[in-house]
Amino acid sequence: MRAIQQILAVTWLNILNLPRRVASSTVAVIGVAAVVLVFAAVLSMAKGFERTMLLAGSDDTAIVVRAGATSELTSGLANDDVLIVNTAPGILKDGDAPVMSAELFVIVDVKKKSTNTEANLPFRGVQLRAFDVRDSTQLVEGRMFEEGRNELVVGRGAQYEFQGLDLGATIQFGRTEWSIVGVFDAGGGVAESEIWTDARVLQGAYRRGNSFQSVRARLEGPNSLAVLDEYLENDPRIDVDVFTEREWYSSQAEGTAGFIRLLGYPITFLMAIGAVFGALNSMYSSVSTRGTEIATLRALGFGPISVLISTIIESTLLALVGGLIGGAIAYIAFNGYTVSTLTQASFSQVVFDFAVTFDLLLDGIVTALIIGLIGGLLPAIRAARMPVAQALREL
Amino acid sequence: MKYFGLVWRSLWRKRIRTSLTILSVVVAFLLFTLLSAIGQAFNTGGAMTGAQRLVVIDKITIINPLPISYLQRIAAVPGVEAVVQLSWFGGFYQDPNQQFFQGPTDPDAYLDVYPEIEIPDEQLDAWRNNRVGAVIGRQISNQYGWEIGDRVPINSTIYAQRDGNRTWEFDIEGIFDTTDPKGVTNFMLFHHDYFAEANAFGDGFAGWYTLRLAEGADAVEVANVIDTQFANSPNETETSTEAAFAASFAKQLGNIGLMVQLILGAVFFTLLLVTGNTMSQSVRERISELAVLKTLGFKDGTVLGVVLAESILVMLMGGLLGVLLGWLLTVVIGAAIGVFLPGVVVTVNILILAVLFMVGAGILAGLFPALSARRLTIVEALARG
Repeated sequence: MRAIQQILAVTWLNILNLPRRVASSTVAVIGVAAVVLVFAAVLSMAKGFERTMLLAGSDDTAIVVRAGATSELTSGLANDDVLIVNTAPGILKDGDAPVMSAELFVIVDVKKKSTNTEANLPFRGVQLRAFDVRDSTQLVEGRMFEEGRNELVVGRGAQYEFQGLDLGATIQFGRTEWSIVGVFDAGGGVAESEIWTDARVLQGAYRRGNSFQSVRARLEGPNSLAVLDEYLENDPRIDVDVFTEREWYSSQAEGTAGFIRLLGYPITFLMAIGAVFGALNSMYSSVSTRGTEIATLRALGFGPISVLISTIIESTLLALVGGLIGGAIAYIAFNGYTVSTLTQASFSQVVFDFAVTFDLLLDGIVTALIIGLIGGLLPAIRAARMPVAQALREL
Repeated sequence: MKYFGLVWRSLWRKRIRTSLTILSVVVAFLLFTLLSAIGQAFNTGGAMTGAQRLVVIDKITIINPLPISYLQRIAAVPGVEAVVQLSWFGGFYQDPNQQFFQGPTDPDAYLDVYPEIEIPDEQLDAWRNNRVGAVIGRQISNQYGWEIGDRVPINSTIYAQRDGNRTWEFDIEGIFDTTDPKGVTNFMLFHHDYFAEANAFGDGFAGWYTLRLAEGADAVEVANVIDTQFANSPNETETSTEAAFAASFAKQLGNIGLMVQLILGAVFFTLLLVTGNTMSQSVRERISELAVLKTLGFKDGTVLGVVLAESILVMLMGGLLGVLLGWLLTVVIGAAIGVFLPGVVVTVNILILAVLFMVGAGILAGLFPALSARRLTIVEALARG
């Protein structure tokens, strides 16, 4: 009990005379804040990207691609393949018709608003049930395209990032002109980065004959994927892979998110080492300016342990303040910040928001506390071992 | 220089503080070197970018192939010295997540367009004479341990052979290097003729064309002539310099440069505070010493100079060590990811910039303490001390 009282008393004393050491303490706080800021900012990119990809992925929707294809871009299905999937079991029916959409995935060069340079915009040819096979995807403005016409519905994200995708506008790709007749929302999912038209029209415009690249189908129930997979696996006429949409998108997300992490963690680690030096510096100077005070306390009967622990608490508190400041700045400046990047998997732009999540902030704060602990430890040991008589003589 | 001893001694007055400050500087410049190298690799795309080369792609998107007949028509444009076809094969060896570039091309035309690529004559001959032969860059040879004479299976994510098989086997006939110090060798080349004949989509197309300009030819004019020639055809083209082509890909990744600058901004801001604080602490503790110097006849300007020199010296010591460590780390990382993100190297520009930053940060961090040291009046300072 006494020990705890002592620690509290000494800690309180340290905090009360912090203003005397305001410059070096501030430096330590800012050093830690910078680490947490960079950590949260960089990793919020990975989080945001993953969230966008995973939001798109439903467990109730199957996606069928050519066997071995790692993206829709490199997949290819003949019309006959699509007809086989059409009659396969496990797919939800609306009356007699299966709830599915055979789709074509190509890329067009359109200028990005942010850079004013051309970037790969994903351009998808879909069938009318495209909205039914995707979760929380709906038209929010205008109307659906009419079959057989050069009409586009555009995702919110694509509209935000790319030039010339306003409702009612026309846009030219090569020699064909397209009218934008609707805008859709996909709850922040990856489909929002895309523009859609009638699959048949896109086949014509891109001279793709009668071919598709993927089929999305609503599943009947939890076991339907296995049923569908087995059926297609055993049909010798067709060579395809079947995934749930969620599996598909999480494997698509891996490359890019993994790459951001691969950069983010080492950078944070190096910066944290720098911040430890800053914290050490600040705590050493704190201990040396408080030398007389510490010696006096010791002479009055305070134990070395309470001096040690109170010094560590001081540095940890400073680091905590730094962590909170860094986290707060990251949240205010970056959370919800919309960008787009070229993904490896689909070779096209995906629009996403930075996501400074609670988990990320918590990790940042933990990092800050570790910096504070390490930065406080050595100075604390020095404080505790300071010879009392000598320190008092220096008065 | 004659005050170096004085500067050196006052620097080590508080050994721990100075060491810790120098260590912060080390970390800051290590990060600077590494991040600059990575940022630069993203911005150039690490590609072989000659201003003397142009790339001709489909106007709508690079994924649309162009007719092979364009090869002759581009070659006939005045100002075009040599032209070659390439395509995106999308292949990988064993791990689909580790794709590297394999280009179906024409051996002699390729070497005409890329004269910096060096391959021994007998290897080139062997490649010419083997339909399923391929040559690989030094980096690929190191990465996968392939040697001449190996037969390697490459899986294409895009092209199947006529029988539906997606695994293509190639004989390694040669290993090439580049004479361009910034050039890369992280790719493989094989015969376009074999590709055109064996792939299931049939022949008659290529992904894009790269051409080398004749001496004195105007890049913009040649590009215009080519694009005008194919205007209003089903395959309109877009011709740009190789550098602009690579940069457009870098831009597509998003603003990596901005992200790097943001991180470095945070690092340097903190660094200035750390060093500035150290310097002002050190000046505060030495007020009486500085007063003595002035009593001895040191001019105000000299005192200012001594304090500034101290701060710059801290930056240089830590900075140079940091750049050295950063360089070593960059070499290690560059080798590890070279096949996927080539061009992660420390260039002279980065080194010059680093030294400028060291001096600049040293002056900034030392300025206020140095000015306050300069302003000291002897009487006051001695009284305070």
